[in-house]
Amino acid sequence: MLRTLWANRSKFPLHIIVFLAPAVIIYSTFMIYPLIDSLRLSLYAPDDNQQEVFVGLDNYQKLTTDDLWQPRLEGAIKNNIKFFAIHMLVQNPIGLLLAALLSSQFIRGRAIYRTVIFTPTVLSVVLIGFIWRMILSPLWGISADVIDFINANIIDNLNTLGFGIDAIENQPWLGLENTALPTLALISVWQWIGIPMMLFLAALISIPDELIEAARVDGATAWGVFWRIKFRLILPTVGIVGVLTFVGNFNAFDLIYTTQRATAGPNYSTDILGTFFYRTFFGIQLTPGNPTMGATIAGVMFLIILAGVLLYMFGWQRRILQVEY
Amino acid sequence: MKKVLGVALVLTLILALAPASTEAQEKVTLTIESWRNDDLTIWQDILIPAFNAAHPDIEVVFQPTAPTEYNGALRAKLEGGTAGDLITCRPFDESLNLFQSGHLVSLNELAGMENFSDVAKSAWITDDGSDVFCVPMASVIHGFLYNKTIFDELGLTEPTTETEFLALLEAVKADGLYAPLVMGTVDQWEAATMGYQNIGPNYWLGEEGRLGLIAGTHKYNEGGFLGAFEALARWQPYLPDGYQAISYPDAQNLFALGMGAVYPAGSWDISTFNPQIDFEMGAFKPPLPEGSENCYISDHVDIAMGVNANTPHMDEALIFMEWLTTAEFAGLYSNQLPGFFSLANHSIMLEDPVAQQFLDWRNECESTIRSAYQILSRGEPNNEQDLWLYSAEVLNGNLTPQEAADKVQEGLEAWYEPQQ
Repeated sequence: MLRTLWANRSKFPLHIIVFLAPAVIIYSTFMIYPLIDSLRLSLYAPDDNQQEVFVGLDNYQKLTTDDLWQPRLEGAIKNNIKFFAIHMLVQNPIGLLLAALLSSQFIRGRAIYRTVIFTPTVLSVVLIGFIWRMILSPLWGISADVIDFINANIIDNLNTLGFGIDAIENQPWLGLENTALPTLALISVWQWIGIPMMLFLAALISIPDELIEAARVDGATAWGVFWRIKFRLILPTVGIVGVLTFVGNFNAFDLIYTTQRATAGPNYSTDILGTFFYRTFFGIQLTPGNPTMGATIAGVMFLIILAGVLLYMFGWQRRILQVEY
Repeated sequence: MKKVLGVALVLTLILALAPASTEAQEKVTLTIESWRNDDLTIWQDILIPAFNAAHPDIEVVFQPTAPTEYNGALRAKLEGGTAGDLITCRPFDESLNLFQSGHLVSLNELAGMENFSDVAKSAWITDDGSDVFCVPMASVIHGFLYNKTIFDELGLTEPTTETEFLALLEAVKADGLYAPLVMGTVDQWEAATMGYQNIGPNYWLGEEGRLGLIAGTHKYNEGGFLGAFEALARWQPYLPDGYQAISYPDAQNLFALGMGAVYPAGSWDISTFNPQIDFEMGAFKPPLPEGSENCYISDHVDIAMGVNANTPHMDEALIFMEWLTTAEFAGLYSNQLPGFFSLANHSIMLEDPVAQQFLDWRNECESTIRSAYQILSRGEPNNEQDLWLYSAEVLNGNLTPQEAADKVQEGLEAWYEPQQ
């Protein structure tokens, strides 16, 4: 008995190591090692001679309690949560709606719609930021014309029917504290909506027709088919889209940086963890960069994302029923 | 046949590449790190060829980074060992830090350093005065540019006092066709640099106020420094529609397209506007507050150049540094970049009338530099950063001048002992 066990162990399939090696080596060198080194750096701080010395968790304590750092951290986390909430409430439901429409066999030109809606996803964020800055510019943007058109053609007509809707007023959307962040979040939604749409679409298409036909025969309405059959079957995808949105939003940086620069103005109203990290790590104008505090912020970002992903894995993924067709 | 063609192609490629690579080995290439991406063509077309006329064997490449990223990117490159040979120096602490961490070499022995006054060198010298580490290149002066066509059309004249200035803006606003005062606040720094630091010296009496802040005898929330915030707040009704979302390039374009009357300027804007505008541009000094007689201008030491301590081409880099101290460079630079005024003692005549006007103010008024640059931006919160934020907040109407001044003062008191 022991002998056979031993023999089995010595026959550990070597080819598994060979196949795993490239991924493990590349991933460890370029992802895991930098991550651990960044966490290590967050435990150091420069002393009077600019030498980095070990300080334990002092940086984290400073970040969460110091009068200068705490309000910035709190502001960045709150803004990040708002940014994420807008994506969850707007991007993913609309993505699902678009996918449901595109999976219907009664709509013509589905391939064209699918391509057009997906296009912004492959464009550079710098380009997206620049285009939207131009569109929304109070000087030469077209947003004022679009809003005038909506006022004249839609709201006026609704008002003649008895609705008491106020006309929309054009604003310097990216320059006001209460509108800048929602505007940027919606720009980001506009850009990335293709991703949840594609994921939902792939999941919807893979649902066997027999199930839907059976439901129809039993007398289910279109809404009933969608809500009771399709939606339940794509729940695993809903979870994946949610966690992807979460990770993407808490790592976000580029769109804010290209439109509002690292100052993340006005008055830090668009400051998220990514821009807070950038300003701290690299410095800005006369403020020199502070790599150790920057690494501390990166550490906080890592912990937040880790917590979110763990919650998803244990709170959602393990409880949800995976259906094999 | 295909094979033969392929071999022939490869051979031609090798032959074509061979001479180029041997030639490159003989020439030394110096790379300049800079935040002045506006100057790229001037370096490529005028300054580097002029240098090469005397030193044909040294190739120079001007490699600018975006201004807002320069400090961070440069530091990362220096620490990673990938920075260029010549480093354009920001004034005061940023460069001092680079020198103290061993990234810049001392230039005390450089021939030609005697062409610069102590004031010119003050921004690139150690606190004890023992080491100079950058060759001063230029200062920038603040003032206002205006569109002469619009002034003639509306029958306006250059203002000298703040009352006249506001009356003029009111007249442009009443006419309704042009933006009276062209500036935005989204990038924040214009509000502080072109706004607060532009008009401020007249209120805090230049060096007297600035040195008072450093000594702890003056405060941001009283006297002239508060007065400057109050004067800044009076600009708000005259800024263009949606100024909260107007960036610096937006404002530049608005003025260059002839859609705005007055533009709070740094002298560097002159060289940006000259090739773009089809109207005549005029300039006036920061207007005087009621009751004051003497004028003060912000004549800010802004730009210098030093040598990367790790350059493999130290000798050639020092040759280039020596050339920067010559009258030839001072004349070329000041004339090619109207609005950047050489800090060398060589006397220069400027061809650009507007730039000459800015330069003449040096004789009429007393010069000072921006209040937060020397010493006061060494702590946290950073004084200059606070001025950006709170100047923009005053113009956005979110804070009163008194509230903003209190916040700036509070930030300074938090770490700066003479102010406590």
